[in-house]
Amino acid sequence: MTETTRTMLLNAGPAHPAMHGVIRIELGLDGEVIRQADVEIGYLHRGFEKHCEASSYTQCFPYTDRLNYVSPLINNFAFAAGVEKLMGLEVPERCQYIRVLMSEISRICDHLTCIGASAMELGAFSVFLYMIKAREWLWELVEEVTGARLTVSYGRIGGVKADLTADFAERCREVTSKVSEVLGEVDELLTRNRIFYDRMRGVGVISAESAVAYGITGPFLRSTGVDYDVRKASPYFVYDRMDFDVPVGGQGDNMDRYLVRMEEMRQSLRIVEQCLEQMPEGPTNVDPDGKLIAPDLMADLGKFGKTRGLLSNEVLIEPTLQGSEKRFHDRVYAADKASRLPAKEQVYSNIEALMNHFKIVMMGHGIRPPRGEVYFPMEGANGELAFYIVSDGSDRPWRVRCHPPCFPIMAALSSILEGDQMADIIPTFGSVNMIAGELDR
Amino acid sequence: MPGSTLTRLQESFPEAILGTHSRLGEDTAILKPEALRRVARFLKEDPRLRFDFLMDLTAVDHWKRKPRFELVCHLYSRSNNARLRLKAPLGGASPEAPSLTSLWPAADWYEREVFDMFGIRFRGHPDLRRILMYREFQGHPLRKDYPIDKRQPLVGPKD
Amino acid sequence: MEVDFKGTPELGFFASRLDDVVGWARQYSIFQYPFVTACCGMEYMATACAHYDVDRFGAGLPRFSPRQADVLFVVGTISQKIAPVLVNVYQQMCAPKWVVAFGVCTCTGGFYDNYATVRGIDHVIPVDVYIPGCPPRPETVLQGLMMLQEKIRKEKQEL
Ligand code: SF4
Repeated sequence: MTETTRTMLLNAGPAHPAMHGVIRIELGLDGEVIRQADVEIGYLHRGFEKHCEASSYTQCFPYTDRLNYVSPLINNFAFAAGVEKLMGLEVPERCQYIRVLMSEISRICDHLTCIGASAMELGAFSVFLYMIKAREWLWELVEEVTGARLTVSYGRIGGVKADLTADFAERCREVTSKVSEVLGEVDELLTRNRIFYDRMRGVGVISAESAVAYGITGPFLRSTGVDYDVRKASPYFVYDRMDFDVPVGGQGDNMDRYLVRMEEMRQSLRIVEQCLEQMPEGPTNVDPDGKLIAPDLMADLGKFGKTRGLLSNEVLIEPTLQGSEKRFHDRVYAADKASRLPAKEQVYSNIEALMNHFKIVMMGHGIRPPRGEVYFPMEGANGELAFYIVSDGSDRPWRVRCHPPCFPIMAALSSILEGDQMADIIPTFGSVNMIAGELDR
Repeated sequence: MPGSTLTRLQESFPEAILGTHSRLGEDTAILKPEALRRVARFLKEDPRLRFDFLMDLTAVDHWKRKPRFELVCHLYSRSNNARLRLKAPLGGASPEAPSLTSLWPAADWYEREVFDMFGIRFRGHPDLRRILMYREFQGHPLRKDYPIDKRQPLVGPKD
Repeated sequence: MEVDFKGTPELGFFASRLDDVVGWARQYSIFQYPFVTACCGMEYMATACAHYDVDRFGAGLPRFSPRQADVLFVVGTISQKIAPVLVNVYQQMCAPKWVVAFGVCTCTGGFYDNYATVRGIDHVIPVDVYIPGCPPRPETVLQGLMMLQEKIRKEKQEL
C-alpha cells in the first residue's frame, strides 16, 4: 500500500483568537508542519495617505496618532520633524528634550504591550496583567502632559502642544522606578521559564542577510545581530547627547527578540532619566513671529554669496528674481514660518492673535512649506518609521507616505513561518509586534 | 558624504540619469525608468556604495503634470551610513516600471502596494495583485482622480 | 435588589416573574467576543485588565469563538474589506445576542470618512449599545457595559 499525503489548507484569521490584529494567514499544512503560508493584509486600510492629501498639515496629526496606536507620540514627532525639515525650522532645545523623553516613554509602552500580549498567548497571563498595569502608569503620566491617554496629538509643527507639568520630573521618576520593578518581575517570570524558553528559542529564525534583504529594521533586525538603530546612525533631536546602548541578539529567533525588547526598555528608562537631568528651561515652540523672505532680499543674499539656506529649497520664479509680487512668495520660501497657534487667551482678546490663528487654521491659508520633498527617518518602536512628504507649496501636503516599520516584517513572515510548526505561529507572530494601524494605514 | 554617491552614479550611467540634486541634504537621482533595475543593481553591488537596504518604495501621482507618475525608492547603505532617493518618472495611460524583486525581496510587497494604490505595473514581478484593497475593488484609490469618499461596499447598503 | 422577589425566604420559597430572573442571571454572565481591529483595542485591553477590571460586571471572560459568546464587542474601525467577516461572525453567534459598538469608528465611521471604511457598523449589523469616544475612556466603556446590562435585564427574554 502506498501512502499519499496532501497538504491541508487552513485559514488562520482574520478573526482568530491568537491573531491580535486583523490579518489572515492561509496555511498549507503537512501534519503540523507549515509548508507554505500566504499572508493577507489590508483589513484595516483606512486611507491614511489619501486623508492627509485632503487635510491641512495640522489636520494630519490626529491621523498620525492612529498609525501605530501603541506609540502614537513617536508618529506625531516623526511627522512634525519631517514638515519642520521641509520648512527649515529648528525647534527649541527644551522641545527636543521633551520629544526624546516622550518618545522613549512611548517606546516602553509599545514594548510592554508587545511582550505582554505575546506572553499571554503563550499562557503567561499574569505577565500580561503586570505589563498592562505598568503601561497604565505610563499612560497616566502621558495623560497628565498631553491630555489624552492614547490618541494624544501632542506633536505640533514647530514644537509640542504643551509644556511638561510642574511636577513632571518627580512623577516620572516615581513611575519609572515602578516600571523597572515590573520589568524585573517579568524577567524573573519569563526569561528562565522552561515553557516560555522552549517555545521561543530557535523558533521563527531569520538570518541577518535575509532580514536586511527584506528591509527589516528595529528590534527585529537587531535580534539577528545587526546593530542598525536610527537613533545612533543618524541622530535626530538630542539623541546624540544621550548615553545608551543598542542591544543586539545573535540568533534572530523569538527569544532574542524578547531579550532585545526587554533590554531596550531598560535603555529607554536610562534615556528618560538623562532627559530629566539635562532638560533646560525655555520655550517649547518656535518663535510665533515668522519672518518672510522676499524675493528681492533673497536676490541680495544671493549676491553676497549667502546661498546655503536658499539652495536647499526649490525655487520657482522668474530668472530675474524680481518677482516681488505676493503670489510668488510661497514658492520662494516658506511664506511665513509661523506655525504655532497663538495662545487661546490671546486669540480671544486681541486682533493680531486672532488673525494669526485664522491664518493657520483656515483652509487655503495655513502652514505652507515650500515646494519640495523630504524623507525623515526616526526610530519607531518597531523599526525605522519615516514620513516621505511632498509639498507643492500649498497648505495641504501633495503626498504623504508613511514608511511603516512592520510592513517589511510582515512581508518576510511567510518565509519565516515555513518549516516551523503550526503552534509556532503564535510566538513568532507575537514577536513581530504587528500593529494593523501602521501596517495597513 | 553628501553628493559623492551622485557623482559616482553620474560617472557610471551618464545616459540614464536625468538629473540629480541634494536639496535639504537628501541625495536624489532622477532616472529613466528603463534603467532602474540596472542602476539599482549597481548601487547594491558596487563595493564602495553597497546600498543594501531598500527602505521604501512608493509612487507620487503628479496628476495634470507630464509625465504623470513618479516612482520613488529610498535606499540606505549600512556601510556608508548613506541614504539615496531614486526617482523615475512614469507616464502613459498604463504606466509600467521594471520590478526590483530580483534584487531585494522587500520590493515584492511595496510594488504590490504601488500597484494597488496607483495602478502602476511592474515588469517581472512574480505575483502582482492587490494587497491592501480587496479583489473586487475597482480603480486605484491614491490616484488624484479617485474621489476620496467613493465607496465600493462588499456588504450593506451601496452608498 | 433589582429583581422583584416575592415570597417567604424562611420557608425557602419565593416567586418572581421568570423573565426577571432570567434577565437578572443573563445580565451578570456576559460572555463577550471582542472583535478587535484597531486602536480602540488598546483601550479595550486596558479596560479588561486589572486596573479597571470588567470582571466586576460578570463580563470578565472573553470567548474567542463566536459560538460561545453572546455579546459582540466591535472594537475599532471596520473597513469595507473586513465588513463581510464581521457579518459572518455575527451570524455565527447564537441568540440571544447583543452588539456593542466600541468607539466612534464603529458608531458612525468617525473621522475616517473615506473609500475604505464602513460608516458605522449599523449599516451591516444591528447594534444595541453605542460607546462613543476615540477611543472611549475605560470609564465610558464601563458605563456602556452597565447600560447593556440594564437592557439585557429589562428586555423580553427569549428562552
Ligand atoms: S474610534 Fe478612534 S481610537 Fe477607536 S478605532 Fe476609531 S480611530 Fe481608533
